[in-house]
Amino acid sequence: MNFGFTEEQELLREQAQRFVEQRCTMPRVREWAASDQGFSRELFAEIAELGWTGLLIPEAHGGAGLGWVEAALVLEVIGSALVPGPLASTLLAGAAIAELGSDAQKQRYLPELAAGKRIGTVALLEGDGSLDVGGVAAEAKGEGGGLVATGEKAHVLDAAAADLFVVALRGEQGLLLCVVEGDAEGVSAQRQPIIDRTKHLGSVRLEGASVPAEAILCEGAEAEAAYRRLFDLGAVAVTAEMVGAADAAHQLTVGYAKERTQFGRPIGQYQGVKHPLAEMFVDIATFRSLLYYAAWVAAGQPDALRRAVSMAKAYASDAFARVGIDTIQLHGAIGYTAEYDAQLYLKRSKFARPTFGDSDYHYERVAQLGGL
Amino acid sequence: MDFDLTPEEEAFRAEVVAFLDENLPVKDMRAWTRKVREKRWVGFSWPKEVGGGGGTLMQQAILKAEMAKRRAPALGTCFMGLAWVGPGLIEYGTAEQKQRFIPDILDSKVQWCTGYSEPDVGSDLAALQCRGERDGDHYVVNGQKIWTSLAPFADWMILLVRTAPMEGGNKHAGITCLLVHMKSEGIEVRPIENMAGGRMFAEVFFTNVRVPVDQRLGAEGEGWAVTVSALANERSSISEVEALLRRLDELKNLARATRKHGRPVLEDPAVRRRIAHFETVIEGMRLNGLRFLTKQLKGEPLTSETSVNKLHRATLEVAMADFALTLQGPAAAYTKGAEPAIESGKWQQSSLSWPDTVIGGGTPNIQKNIIAERILGLPKD
Repeated sequence: MNFGFTEEQELLREQAQRFVEQRCTMPRVREWAASDQGFSRELFAEIAELGWTGLLIPEAHGGAGLGWVEAALVLEVIGSALVPGPLASTLLAGAAIAELGSDAQKQRYLPELAAGKRIGTVALLEGDGSLDVGGVAAEAKGEGGGLVATGEKAHVLDAAAADLFVVALRGEQGLLLCVVEGDAEGVSAQRQPIIDRTKHLGSVRLEGASVPAEAILCEGAEAEAAYRRLFDLGAVAVTAEMVGAADAAHQLTVGYAKERTQFGRPIGQYQGVKHPLAEMFVDIATFRSLLYYAAWVAAGQPDALRRAVSMAKAYASDAFARVGIDTIQLHGAIGYTAEYDAQLYLKRSKFARPTFGDSDYHYERVAQLGGL
Repeated sequence: MDFDLTPEEEAFRAEVVAFLDENLPVKDMRAWTRKVREKRWVGFSWPKEVGGGGGTLMQQAILKAEMAKRRAPALGTCFMGLAWVGPGLIEYGTAEQKQRFIPDILDSKVQWCTGYSEPDVGSDLAALQCRGERDGDHYVVNGQKIWTSLAPFADWMILLVRTAPMEGGNKHAGITCLLVHMKSEGIEVRPIENMAGGRMFAEVFFTNVRVPVDQRLGAEGEGWAVTVSALANERSSISEVEALLRRLDELKNLARATRKHGRPVLEDPAVRRRIAHFETVIEGMRLNGLRFLTKQLKGEPLTSETSVNKLHRATLEVAMADFALTLQGPAAAYTKGAEPAIESGKWQQSSLSWPDTVIGGGTPNIQKNIIAERILGLPKD
């Protein structure tokens, strides 16, 4: 047993940290987030060059053939600098096709996702707010050899940037998951403004979009299980970014508490400041443990994933929300300014909390899995 | 990262599981205590030379994890002896001291208590005043300890005294650790009733108590180091979840059996969420413990990070006991002996008993100071 990282994993983390320190400084991050697309295509190409878009894609299809522990490590570092861009969503689409696709489907979609030539995402949810399979109402009706899809998917990560969507639809045989290409007729994606400018959500409208039979990944009970797993993997990805962001917010605040002097002493000497900083440390250390374990079971013990990911996402959602608020309060007025970075972490916490299930949702799952 | 066990570790786990299958649930605590002693699971990580099990850190973690999973009772009854007196003896004791004190601890024949706090010395332990003056082959101890848990029943005390005055800012230098028999002449124990009605802790007065020099643990003036090392042993973060998991099971059973406002409490989402949160924090503690264990396995010493689980435990102990009362509606006010009391007032009792573990061994605020100053590097007060 080893609840630490292998040498290769440590190297990957160091590589990611170096990259982020050199390339993703806060002024750049702000600039990218404020741009029309909301992220830098140039940076995304560099990320692909490093092999991160293909982390979860088998080597046979151009990826690195690694697992969720590695993906979580990289996403944690990306999250620590609030780097905007569709890495998490592309990783999820790649994982979905790698796990569910036929050889032909993998051959068709994965090499381009791995190489970062196309951006992928998953479109599971719809507008009614339901997170489970029952919320899928967008229809797929048989026509000729394929299907025609009608409906609207909501809360889709990086919807406007994506070239390729893994979509959940309601078919005649129950749920189905398929790949929909962004440039197909009848498919339109719309980015919606959200509280955190370093993250992007949007909707995908399907108006008689044709889905060829070759694009169907799975149907029926298999699709329901796959939907749940994909949703859970999404929660792993978001929580990994939350660990990095919460840690960075905490470090920013600890640094400020050491430098800022009031009443002739650094404010970090007062227990009123010291104790919340200690509580933040405890929370972050704990949701980091929960997240690493969820990432490990995602790769190795799929049955344990539901409990592990719900615990991680539930704890992280509440803890990061507190970290975000305390970061502002401990800074005082400077933390309220747009110019200072503290506010960016608060906004990230408010994006991350509901994304792939908030703490109410995930604690209810923990209750059910715990026999209540 | 890899949570799988090696074949050797798996074989050990199988041995543990087989033993637990055979012996759980426990009907006779004495028989259980004897059997786990024969297995050498009491003091499992202690060297074989002193009668321990010679188990590796990893085996110890496996043993604890399986016992926690199966909610097995504790290994041995000499709580403080097993938690820190024994480890202190192993690290600092003479050969003769090891031979004299360790077997009784392992055989659950004695009870130890710990003489740290004094009337004016609580969180700031190093400022202690109780004096030990050298007189030939003895130390003569005068002074007072207080809040000494188990003192009314203990056979022995691990005691911190001041053998040299505080010099300048260095409070730690003149502290010495003595092992004192509780029946020594000049010791008076006055039990203190706690708010739950228990008489587990006490004031202990020392008047010219003569302690032989061969009952000094470590060198004169080295008492602080002995204490710090002993407390590090106390912080085995994995063991802490066993009791919490048992408590969680009991809380779930209470919730399943309880109705409030005319309907089952488990229909209330807030109740479900709260219990799930407790379960999540306990799992977080277990995983934190595994992360710390990995650090130890790599040969890095554990330091202040164990305060993380200590804080969690304190919060959980208080919250779980209090939450249990909120489930009970009007019955929550009744205690043992009352007709409406639920589960004989067990939760009322625990809602008044948490300071044993929450305040004992350092209050939550002290743990926060430790984290802020030693891990985060914030300036000391």
